[in-house]
Amino acid sequence: MIISGEVGALRPVAALAGAGYRRWATYRQAAVAGVFVNTVFGVIKLSILLGIAKSAGGSVAGYDAASLSTYAWVSQAMIAVVMIFGWTELADRVRTGDIAVDLARPVDLQLSWLATDLGRGAWGLVSRAAVPILFGAVFFGFHWPDDPTAIALLPVSLVLAVCVSFAMRFMLNLLAFWLTEIRGLVLLYVLVAGLLGGHLVPVQLFPGWLQTVAYATPFPAMVQFTIDLVTGQATGLRAVGEVAAQLGWTIVLLLAGRVVLARATRRLVVQGG
Amino acid sequence: MADAAVATTATGRPPTVAPAYLAIIRSRVAAQASYRASFAVELGSQVLLVLVEFVEIYVVFHQVDSLGGFDYAEVAVMYGLAVASFGLADLAVGHVDELPRYLRAGTFDSFLLRPLSALGQLVTSDFSLRRLGRVGTGLAVLAVALHAAQVDWTPARVGLLVVTPVAGAIVFSAVFIATAVIGFWVVEGMEFANAFTYGGNYLSAFPFTVFGSAIRRFFTFLVPVGFVAYLPSLALLGRDDPLGMPGWVSWCSLPVSLVAMAAALLLWQVGLRRYVGTGS
Repeated sequence: MIISGEVGALRPVAALAGAGYRRWATYRQAAVAGVFVNTVFGVIKLSILLGIAKSAGGSVAGYDAASLSTYAWVSQAMIAVVMIFGWTELADRVRTGDIAVDLARPVDLQLSWLATDLGRGAWGLVSRAAVPILFGAVFFGFHWPDDPTAIALLPVSLVLAVCVSFAMRFMLNLLAFWLTEIRGLVLLYVLVAGLLGGHLVPVQLFPGWLQTVAYATPFPAMVQFTIDLVTGQATGLRAVGEVAAQLGWTIVLLLAGRVVLARATRRLVVQGG
Repeated sequence: MADAAVATTATGRPPTVAPAYLAIIRSRVAAQASYRASFAVELGSQVLLVLVEFVEIYVVFHQVDSLGGFDYAEVAVMYGLAVASFGLADLAVGHVDELPRYLRAGTFDSFLLRPLSALGQLVTSDFSLRRLGRVGTGLAVLAVALHAAQVDWTPARVGLLVVTPVAGAIVFSAVFIATAVIGFWVVEGMEFANAFTYGGNYLSAFPFTVFGSAIRRFFTFLVPVGFVAYLPSLALLGRDDPLGMPGWVSWCSLPVSLVAMAAALLLWQVGLRRYVGTGS
């Protein structure tokens, strides 16, 4: 099971999360470069969104200028936290065969990677979230959340966003057991997830049919639902509903990942027996 | 290593340089052609990628009839030009952003020992034909958009249409090369380049009227991606620049792209001269 009954089983998990944090924290230059790029893209994204609002007469789909700015900067700040862009580390280990060593370890494979990923996400939050949000707040205005329910749920929502994103990336990487090259697939996944998750444009701006498609996928649970808590699109009961959906997707996708992993390992033949 | 760098660049190129590059490119093409199914899938996914990106513009015009004073067809013209130009540049020199990998592994040094330019070898070390899928889809979007925008065709505009994707590709190639030079100074900071290459690509597909004046000036005069799609499409569509740029500027993409490329190559030389190897 995902969480073992023994208290002792959580110790390696905490250690792995810490290791994930420290490992990513080594690359400081990369973090500075990443913050810079996320901020430049934030300005471009927000300019286009404000262009839409201007043509629409000030506000669009319930977003005014301040909440569009909030949307743009929170979505940029979340890039490094939920790892919206590609991740093929596990697939690389499958291709090289290192996965056999991972499977032989006494810690559950999915749980250990999830712990590492949460540690990585924590570093992403510390290093890459603050600057875009502060930059946006100073130069473009910001709508700070005021709904108590939304504020209380925000940390939970952020952790669940990382979990949903991880569960999807975990399964995507496991495809490497069947396909030798998944880079093209990852690229396509990143674009579709970014679009349907509401990372490029808020899902609320989509035409009706595309909103239906988006809400039927787990992608909004990776990006849009968390942003909704900050922009004020989700308050009170709706905020609870969106976080509940994130929790639901986390459970379903992590369990699905375990099924895929079980099937994948049955295919695994390690050289030399 | 600095001596080797200077020697390769200063001794001039041997007369056999063109056949050497042709042979390199031919071998890259042959390698990709031998995995037909995989190539077809990659080509198809490139087409799909462009269409998924286009959904953003579709969503914009689901909400409003004009963006920054331009209608759906006019913005689609800009998008088509930007996609085709970036695709061509990515195909030709996009591989330069792998420079840090070569620097870290020390394999860049072997480029300096061979009688071909280091930059030439770097860009030809990968030549991904799948990017043609991107170029083709961009051109298809452009064709549909130009038809929908009901352009008043004149011989001059036809000429401009042919030249613009080439000029745009040269602009993006210059941006790729100029920003790759960062790798000579900051090996781990290559992501900086993405702000100008991919950021420039993202921004070039939209009317510049939506951007603030600082960004607009930066991406017109310093990193001239405004000349990729926005400015030439004003001339194609017969529109005056709402921002007051004189009309003749819209016809200047090609000379601007050549100046940008010259500047990028100069920067590359500066970076290369600074390079002293990563070994002990």
